[in-house]
Amino acid sequence: MAEPHGATRYGGGRPDTAVAGGTTTTTALLEVQGLSTSYGPVRALDGVSLTAEAGRITAVLGANGAGKTTLLRTISGLVRPTSGKVLLDGEEITRAPVEAMVHKGMAHVPEGRGVIAELTVDENLRVGSLFRGKVGREEFDRVYDLFPRIAERRDNPAHTLSGGERQMLVVGRALLARPRILLLDEPSLGLAPRIVAQIFGLVRQLVDSEGLSVLLVEQNARSALSVADTGVVLNLGRVVVTDDARALAADEDLRHAYLGF
Amino acid sequence: MSDTQTPAGTPGAASSDAPSTATAAGNASSAAASSGRSFLPKSTLLRHLLVLVLCAVGAVALLELTEPGTNAQISSVAYYAIAAGGLTLLTGLNGQISLGHGALMAVGAYTTALLLDVDEGEPLPLPLIFLIAVAATALVGALVGVAAARLHGPYLAGATLALAVGVPGLTLYFKETLGGEQGINVRIERAPDWFDEAINAISGENGSQTKWLAYISVACLLLTYFLLANLMRSRMGRTWRAVRDQEVAAELAGISLGAWRILAFVVSAAAAGLAGAVLAIVVRLAAPGSFLPVLSLSLLTAVVIGGLGSLFGALLGSALLVFLPRWASDIGRDSFDIASAQASQAAYVVYGLLLVAVMLFAPAGLVGTVRLALLRRRAARATARAGGR
Amino acid sequence: MEQFLFLSLSGVIDGLVYAAFALALVLIWRSTRIVNFAQGSMAAATTFIAVALIDNGLSYWLALVVALLSGLVLGAVIERVVVRPVEGGPELNAVIVTLGLFIAIQGAVALIFGVDQRAFVPPVSNRFFQVGDGFTLGLSNNGLYTLAAVLITMVLLIVLFRYTRVGLAMRASAFGQEVARLLGVRVGRMLTLGWALAAVVGSLAGILIAGDVAFISPNFMDTLIVFGFVAAVLGGLDSPIGAVVGGLLLGLALNYVRGYLDDSLLGMAALVILVVVLLVRPGGLFSTTPARRA
Repeated sequence: MAEPHGATRYGGGRPDTAVAGGTTTTTALLEVQGLSTSYGPVRALDGVSLTAEAGRITAVLGANGAGKTTLLRTISGLVRPTSGKVLLDGEEITRAPVEAMVHKGMAHVPEGRGVIAELTVDENLRVGSLFRGKVGREEFDRVYDLFPRIAERRDNPAHTLSGGERQMLVVGRALLARPRILLLDEPSLGLAPRIVAQIFGLVRQLVDSEGLSVLLVEQNARSALSVADTGVVLNLGRVVVTDDARALAADEDLRHAYLGF
Repeated sequence: MSDTQTPAGTPGAASSDAPSTATAAGNASSAAASSGRSFLPKSTLLRHLLVLVLCAVGAVALLELTEPGTNAQISSVAYYAIAAGGLTLLTGLNGQISLGHGALMAVGAYTTALLLDVDEGEPLPLPLIFLIAVAATALVGALVGVAAARLHGPYLAGATLALAVGVPGLTLYFKETLGGEQGINVRIERAPDWFDEAINAISGENGSQTKWLAYISVACLLLTYFLLANLMRSRMGRTWRAVRDQEVAAELAGISLGAWRILAFVVSAAAAGLAGAVLAIVVRLAAPGSFLPVLSLSLLTAVVIGGLGSLFGALLGSALLVFLPRWASDIGRDSFDIASAQASQAAYVVYGLLLVAVMLFAPAGLVGTVRLALLRRRAARATARAGGR
Repeated sequence: MEQFLFLSLSGVIDGLVYAAFALALVLIWRSTRIVNFAQGSMAAATTFIAVALIDNGLSYWLALVVALLSGLVLGAVIERVVVRPVEGGPELNAVIVTLGLFIAIQGAVALIFGVDQRAFVPPVSNRFFQVGDGFTLGLSNNGLYTLAAVLITMVLLIVLFRYTRVGLAMRASAFGQEVARLLGVRVGRMLTLGWALAAVVGSLAGILIAGDVAFISPNFMDTLIVFGFVAAVLGGLDSPIGAVVGGLLLGLALNYVRGYLDDSLLGMAALVILVVVLLVRPGGLFSTTPARRA
């Protein structure tokens, strides 16, 4: 099997920013440099560096406890890192307050759907656009057009939604923030494969048609790699490998060792 | 389930799975006990007996060296401290808050007053009356405990606060027997001759009635603290701590959480009952005005400031309850020309702010914080020694 | 029958005040999972401010506005300064902090305004209406004023929470702190605002009850904090509508106790109701979810 150029393998080190041979020129929208995070004595992230390119889907993969969720929570400021930097479009946001992230163009959809169960579907969407001031009704209609299933239930409390509908709601809500980059934490968790495919397909479509950038954290590596451009494999808080998504999916050893398929 | 956990020192930053930082003193005290001190006997019981004797000697010296006015204040410290000792066992060791201990003291006080208030013949001997007061309050405590065992945190605080608000009303409802707003005057016999003679032999002074009551109060305090200290160091004390910190593990180990919580309430209520009995004979009155909710809150203040789970802390806190209002009213009268009843309210401002400050900056309280600092220093020295070798 | 009607009417009026106070507790519980035991002292403080202003010749209405505004400031400052550090920490610590405030504020009120009782004259008559020959209705002008004041407050709160952006942000902060923060809601500010609003509602309840009892002392709200808590727990502590219904039920129950038994048993009655509810239906009377751990 040919070693894809530009990739760093099994040992960390600084990953290259160029993807798949440097033929496409891309810009780093989100840059994570040597990020370390600890929960008390337990080190959850250990010098993680990665880049999410503009207009692309970057998938962070790894087993349970690899540090994927901690990575996202540290990037968005919910958890404070012990060292390292996070840059969004060249601006350092490592210690910016959580509330400010969405203003800077970063929308984080947390693990476990993150709907506010007591509010109705429509209210959930409105919360997502609150920080922008007055938002036209047509933007809401656009989200409802994307997800007709939640449009039917707009006045129902969010706790009455199914898992798939909840995921649609939170993605739609994140879109109302008009983010430059979307951080998605385990969107496939507990969903039927058909729904996972539907949501991933929609995310891909938004990336291709509107230039959205996505940092996707997934345990379901097979599905994630099928939609992502780049993959980053995390193990025990360290980056094991960063590579083109297709190359990762083709690497049988790696898949067996870290991705479980 | 050992004492290895180190209480978090940073206020507010404690994570939710850490044991309640407010009860850190309880842990610290047991850690200090297990490390042992060379000049005291190994056996807990013997050590406590020795401390008891030393304290008794100290108490006699204190009572004989101070004026009658201070004697009376020491009596007040004693009854507050008895109740606070029971409360610190309940809240510090077992993690259950109670704002109803003032009401439990009322039960002890009214029982004592009723038993002493006989129209003809001699009342029962005082020790027996005290025992009955303790038993009656323990019984009420058991009833409260059954309900309390199923509640926690704010729910328990609210329910016991309701008890503190509700009980004084009962004395008005049953005014035929309980004397209504005026309460019951407590008649107590003069000090016996042997007491006069003993005091005369010790300090050459007369054994006044105030002094007699002060000796009774302090004796009750020492006895209560001796019993509570042994209880807290015993297997029962460890079980209560387990019920507080390790609910699931304790239950898996076959410990019935409910029964142990009720037991803690009963023991704690018994102490409150004795405190009420002592209060009744010291102030010579059992009246609803003495048992307002603010009494319960003051007791909580005493144990939290002193350090939850520490008997010594409860004693210090009780002393603060007695002496602070007096200082405040003296200062208010002399420096600010405020009526002393009004100026003494400054003490409550201080209590309240102290409660808040302790929770924000030193959740282990006075004794707990000092103990933690000592432990930390000892640990640091031990590591330094180990590293130097 | 006449007595029953009388007690029922006065029970509804009392119940509305309990409901307002319970509502204040619920507002705070929903957003910070803290029962504010200092609510009574805070309301007593603002009521005494109103009394002092009225005694100095200010009109009742101006004094009312000042008192409510001082409640707003008091609530905001307390949340920001002393409650914020214990939010999300061990529940015992938060309970003790609010109890500390309970004692400190009550002491401060007594220190500043004195320990004696003060007269408080309501803006309208306290005399019960007479119908026909000697039939006394459990309603007075002051009762009607109380009814109107509490209902207006409730409507304003509903409008705020249902129909405004701030209200939506407050609800989002209360139900999903982390998600709200990720969506750019300034959760800290919303919690402060929640405490401030609750303190305003509590202050209003204090002033209304003061007009009803006519004489106030620094600890006159001690019973009301218990009644408000019982009403809130009756309604499940989480639900504003539950708090209102709980308040009305408690108002009725306590008035029947007052009328058919005795005034002095009110505290015990509240305790009995509270314990029964907590042991039988810890989630409140209307909870559909399985019993929450009380």
